Amino acid sequence: MSLFRKMALVIAAISVVILSGCSGQEYNMREGVTEISREVYSLHMIAIWVCVAIGIITFGAMFYSMFAHRKSKHPNPAKFSHSTTVEIIWTVIPFIILIALSVPAVSLLIKMEDASDSDLTVMVKGYQWKWEYKYIDGDDNLGNDVSFFSNLDQASRDQSVNAGSGFSGTEITDDNYLLEVDNPLVIPVGQKVRFLVTADDVIHSFWVPDFSVKKDAVPGFINEVWTKVDEPGVYRGVCAELCGKDHGFMPIVVKVLPQEEYDAWYAEKVAAAEAGPDLNERTMSQLMSEGEAAYNKYCSSCHMPNGEGNGPFPSLVGTEMVTGEGSIEEHIDVVLNGVSGTAMQAFGNQLTEAEIAAIITYERNAWGNDTGDKVQPQEIHDIQNGGGE
Amino acid sequence: MSQEQTQNENKVMTKKLFVVVIIMVAFGFAMVPLYDVFCQITGLNGKVTGLAVYEEQEPDTSREIKIQFMTINKGDMPWSFRPVQTEITVNPGKEYEVLFAVKNRTGKKMVGQAIPSFSPNLTAQYFNKTECFCFNQQTLAAGESEEMPMRFFVDKDIPERYDTITLAYTLHNVTPDDEQLQAAK
Amino acid sequence: MADHKPKGISRWLFTTNHKDIGTMYLVFSFIMFLIGGGMAMIIRAELFQPGLQFVDPNFFNQMTTLHGLIMVFGAVMPATVGLANWLIPMMIGAPDMALPRMNNWSFWILPAAFGLLLSSLFMEGGAPNFGWTFYAPLSTTYGPPSTDFFIFGVHLMGISSIMGAINVIVTVFNMRAPGMTLMKMPLFVWTWLITAFLLVMVMPVLAGAVTMMLTDRHFGTSFFDAAGGGDPVLFQHVFWFFGHPEVYIMILPAFGIASAIIPTFARKKLFGYSSMVYATASIAFLSFIVWAHHMFTVGMPVQGELFFMIATMLIAVPTGVKVFNWIATMWQGSITYETPMLYALAFVILFTIGGFSGVMLALTPVDWQYHDTYFVVAHFHYVLFPGAIFGTMAAVYYWLPKWTGRMYDEKLAKWHFWLSIVFVNLTFFPMHFSGLAGMQRRVPDYAIMFSDFNMMSSIGAFGLGLMQLLFAWILIKVCILEKGEKATDRVWEDAEGLEFTHLPSPAPYHSFETPPKID
Repeated sequence: MSLFRKMALVIAAISVVILSGCSGQEYNMREGVTEISREVYSLHMIAIWVCVAIGIITFGAMFYSMFAHRKSKHPNPAKFSHSTTVEIIWTVIPFIILIALSVPAVSLLIKMEDASDSDLTVMVKGYQWKWEYKYIDGDDNLGNDVSFFSNLDQASRDQSVNAGSGFSGTEITDDNYLLEVDNPLVIPVGQKVRFLVTADDVIHSFWVPDFSVKKDAVPGFINEVWTKVDEPGVYRGVCAELCGKDHGFMPIVVKVLPQEEYDAWYAEKVAAAEAGPDLNERTMSQLMSEGEAAYNKYCSSCHMPNGEGNGPFPSLVGTEMVTGEGSIEEHIDVVLNGVSGTAMQAFGNQLTEAEIAAIITYERNAWGNDTGDKVQPQEIHDIQNGGGE
Repeated sequence: MSQEQTQNENKVMTKKLFVVVIIMVAFGFAMVPLYDVFCQITGLNGKVTGLAVYEEQEPDTSREIKIQFMTINKGDMPWSFRPVQTEITVNPGKEYEVLFAVKNRTGKKMVGQAIPSFSPNLTAQYFNKTECFCFNQQTLAAGESEEMPMRFFVDKDIPERYDTITLAYTLHNVTPDDEQLQAAK
Repeated sequence: MADHKPKGISRWLFTTNHKDIGTMYLVFSFIMFLIGGGMAMIIRAELFQPGLQFVDPNFFNQMTTLHGLIMVFGAVMPATVGLANWLIPMMIGAPDMALPRMNNWSFWILPAAFGLLLSSLFMEGGAPNFGWTFYAPLSTTYGPPSTDFFIFGVHLMGISSIMGAINVIVTVFNMRAPGMTLMKMPLFVWTWLITAFLLVMVMPVLAGAVTMMLTDRHFGTSFFDAAGGGDPVLFQHVFWFFGHPEVYIMILPAFGIASAIIPTFARKKLFGYSSMVYATASIAFLSFIVWAHHMFTVGMPVQGELFFMIATMLIAVPTGVKVFNWIATMWQGSITYETPMLYALAFVILFTIGGFSGVMLALTPVDWQYHDTYFVVAHFHYVLFPGAIFGTMAAVYYWLPKWTGRMYDEKLAKWHFWLSIVFVNLTFFPMHFSGLAGMQRRVPDYAIMFSDFNMMSSIGAFGLGLMQLLFAWILIKVCILEKGEKATDRVWEDAEGLEFTHLPSPAPYHSFETPPKID
């Protein structure tokens, strides 16, 4: 019976190969660390088992028929071609199963959408290709001062590019490859945290699988989603909506701390914000090394690590604006205020004075650009706060 | 049925189907205003346009609702923009005024436009603005700063389940291109 | 009239014959299938292991975008239009399609449309890189310059599909032989008629969406830009109002094919003919009110999410009816397993697996976890590859002897089938696991915990790619080398339908000049 032997062979072969993969790897949805995520997980498992049960019955009948009603065994086909009763039965039964399945889904969804009574609100803003977190704190009338950017870590960036080429590249073994950032989002354990999700440029999506949280970040609009994490720990997620070139390179890391540790961390952040910007004068070599680090973090994904640009993103090597005589004011203006209608953002609202000064100095003195120009944080500070005051 | 007759019927039917196609193109475009109407009824994306008028009424002092104000700068918008009060607690039915501080930190004249968004998004229909800077574009000269008022009241029939309303303004750079070019020169 | 046909290139350029046009559609779709498949090979090579080994992320995005667009609009849709052209006139006893000249135009627009789309690969800034769903503002404000060529290409494809669909509707309504009542039509004609209505209804909406993109890009409107009072989410509503019915546009003809093939090889009439028709119609109707299930994470009011969840789950009911009817058709039949039957059965099983993951995806709370992961990629590849494409392959093996008068090489075809089955599952089944474990869609690089499943998928994909070359060889052998034994007029022992019972093999250039008698 070659057909059925073939079929068994095929099923066995595929199962062996795929199961061999399952043994060493994650292959199911995570249960996660919140009440909601555990309920989502159990709904997922219910849905799987319902599908498996229906599949066994349906495919069982089909395989039985394929086997028992093949021509060599069953040469005279039956003549029936409809039966209203049977047809009604198999319309009604799936209908009932689906309704039964949707009952827990409805109540869970209503629970997930209820973000009221939150203890803490954090704004999450997606950029091409990083995240910004801003703590919206009601008691602090100075404005929303605790905010920072979160970028893919440099180690992942390097490994990605240096993986070699072809099928025999260097093997990457870092467990957190592409899942590590420089500044993780920090939230307290056991508190209801509300995320207000938005985006600057294109649509991103904020996804932390362990919290069962996924919400699109739509430019110009805010969406809310919440979580209440039970266990301290580090949880990793990714941007889930295609947002351009480095969509795969903007992970999310959330550090969940016990309340006291969180309070200490937050107090430190507030203190740093209140202390004002670090405007100390820097030497050329300080500016260059700080500048290189900051450039690689904020600028290199468009202008490339070698400064030569890429497609619509202009080169900075030997360009008039970067190396030209007296071009420094324009250069500072572009970095601070962006270029409207292009992907060049207004970094004056995003980076510190020290970072901007260092980046500009670095750009004017790296890759064979040798203007010798030095920009100090104080100059940037004066430009941003000059005029009108 | 003769061949000619069939051909005539084919023509008639083809024409009818092309009319359907044209109607569906129109429907595609009609989805834009339909979506706007839908959003205005539900307040879906905060696009509840138009000024509300406050009529003197007895506030519902038994309920307190927290209103959070958030400001977001579009990436290419170099102005500083922040709420003067980040949060206030209100009674439904009472009118309040809050201020938003804005400053053009660049050396050129620019035009900005703030677009509101609400969370939870359905609360937008209960949030009535009697005066708002977001209804107009803002033009600021180089270095100019301003405190812009927004007056509002919350409907008394806002459902119990809402205890917090977040109102986020995103400030967009809408400086006309020719002015931008001039300023660049 | 005898079998008079012009010779050379002008035969193909100016032909109004439904069989010639059907052949051109099928050849075109196969070429597009190979091009789109080649792009899939590049994608799978890059994803073979973690790290960037072959292409840069921007080119990777161009590949995923073009792969999707070409497979949907260039491979699957033209293939089903080709089958419709070949088969519908023969199945309903008509001499040709109702609008033969429009038929010619609707085909010849396609090479232009895809030439335009593919030429964007060589343009400054590269080809479109925003995914086949081209969400604004990634495709408007942030799209590469070639986006305008993409928009024009989509317009052309839309015009072509609309003309093709109108032709089918007019043919089915006006050209049936006397006695061929609507409820006597083969199910393939029914599913195509419903597909044609879907096309006429939704392709214009797609045209509207890309037109709005164009004016947003160049003429200062802001349909999708919040700064001018628009909303990027509106784009998704317009797109998926087209996009969800589009899914059924691709799969309904395959339902019709399975409903033709399974009865033949089970030697038993199709079970529940009229419920099949009603199920198809209700699937088509429901497809108009479920679009927002692609957008559960976009921030909809909870009432909206509930509505779209329930409506989506309801689609499983008529789809289930179809699957049960096919099984009941086989029940107590007298089944043999020639290649078309094998493909049809694989279609039923694997499409149902895709349907199961579809039901899971409909559950909004869990969709938050599945959305935009490889679980979704697994889902729609299960309904499209072993669904729509296996359906088309089943049709090609089933009707090829009728078209050419020769049998294909059954032995090679069996190899093609069994290896395809192995590779299709090896490619797409592990994607369920990597998706559940947390791998997002449309990324050129990934964390190492997904590496084993990705390597499996890549090996499977390379095998699947090779199998299509075998398919090409099987077709070349029959169609060009003219090898293979002569087919009988009936072709298959118990084949039903006018094309088998009333026409010789190969089917004459002009069939049914006088309408056949139908009892």
